[in-house]
Amino acid sequence: MSEQLTADVTIDARGAGCPGPLMDLIGKVKTADSGTVFELQTSDRGSVSDVPEWVEKAGHELVETVEHEDYWSIYVQKA
Amino acid sequence: MTRIVIVGGGTGGTVLANRLVEDLDSEVTAGEVEVTLVNDSPDHVYKPTYLYVPFGKKTVEDAVRPLADLVDRRVDLEINRVVGIDTDAKTIELQDGRDTLSYDHLVLATGAKLVPDEVPGLVEGGHHFYGPDGAEKLRDALAEFEGGHLVLSVVGVPHMCPAAPVEFTLMADEWFRQRGIRDEVEITYTYPIMRLHGLEPVSDWMEPRFAERDIHTETFFNAEEVDPEAGVIRSMEGEELDYDLLVAIPPHAGDDLIAGSGLGDDGWVAVDRHTLEAEHAEDVYAMGDAADVPTSKAGSVAHYEADVVADRIASEVRGQLPTATFDGKTVCFIEAGMDEATFVEFDYEHPPELRDESRPVHWAKLAYNETYWLTARGLL
Repeated sequence: MSEQLTADVTIDARGAGCPGPLMDLIGKVKTADSGTVFELQTSDRGSVSDVPEWVEKAGHELVETVEHEDYWSIYVQKA
Repeated sequence: MTRIVIVGGGTGGTVLANRLVEDLDSEVTAGEVEVTLVNDSPDHVYKPTYLYVPFGKKTVEDAVRPLADLVDRRVDLEINRVVGIDTDAKTIELQDGRDTLSYDHLVLATGAKLVPDEVPGLVEGGHHFYGPDGAEKLRDALAEFEGGHLVLSVVGVPHMCPAAPVEFTLMADEWFRQRGIRDEVEITYTYPIMRLHGLEPVSDWMEPRFAERDIHTETFFNAEEVDPEAGVIRSMEGEELDYDLLVAIPPHAGDDLIAGSGLGDDGWVAVDRHTLEAEHAEDVYAMGDAADVPTSKAGSVAHYEADVVADRIASEVRGQLPTATFDGKTVCFIEAGMDEATFVEFDYEHPPELRDESRPVHWAKLAYNETYWLTARGLL
């Protein structure tokens, strides 16, 4: 499934530590339309748990987390 | 003639200008190198002073000195606003008078600005202490505040001085106690992520202290709008808080110049985090709040970065391979009330460790604030 996933917006937050990736995502989600799918690229391991926690709290949908060689792609759809 | 142009006369730009004419003393004296510092105001502002203004401990005038008094006479000081950067032609466009300045080495130290209007209602409903007008208005509002709900909301991340919201909250708690009205005041602190601060050790330090002092906390609270009439702040996550006095850390943005020149999408210059060289242009460095490095937007960072950039440019001017690199070093004092403080020191490889707060550290912070002007001159 991960190969077919496409995002409307890709956020490259690789290299940034917490809370950078999460805040990058929050900033973009804030101004996006409902239904927009984001791919958050992060090399920060903490984001893999922090982002889903925020997504649940904020009522959005965690589509999937894909592990690459040296980063993760976290796909989120805005409610 | 080698022309070095620095844009921005805050901590980073001022320290850098002074360091460069010192490091390249013989070349500057011989007329082979020219260091120009461009700032849109004749004043240099030491922003941490504003934290103390709401509590009547400092005035906004205490934060300001003429830039001309702080920079070496060999620095060519240009009071002007830069309105464009052409990194291909290696020129910058000025708003008034001289149309353009050409450079061989350009350093952007344009800082961060406040953009509170990104959150509807925040300008009308919220106070802040991140500028002279805001700090004075908050001082007056605090003086009139006899009780009710004070909400300190960290709306913008990243923001200047990541310790400041923590400090303000703990200082306000003690200030109300000293005034004998703490029992009449409810304090709530909100933060956008799942803990109380971006740095986990700082959050761990805060938790028991906030609990002891009866300071309520709301995490995962990203302010979406403020309703000044109703006295309510609402979050993206569906929470809302009633307030009587709202103090917010407003959203921040980089200079419009950055995005306009293709150096960084979000207004922060994309740089190599070790060399501080711009990723999208040759012979351009960025430092201080303007540089998109994974550490704090703090004066100490700008100072340490200035040392690195000065070393690198001096090497380049002399035809040597630059070797100085920035390791992410950051040092921040954290006031824990009105007469105690702690501090954090960390870098890219080492997380901060916090000690218990103490009076000597508080006095060290106040002493540093007084000697800051020597720091800006490059003497400390």
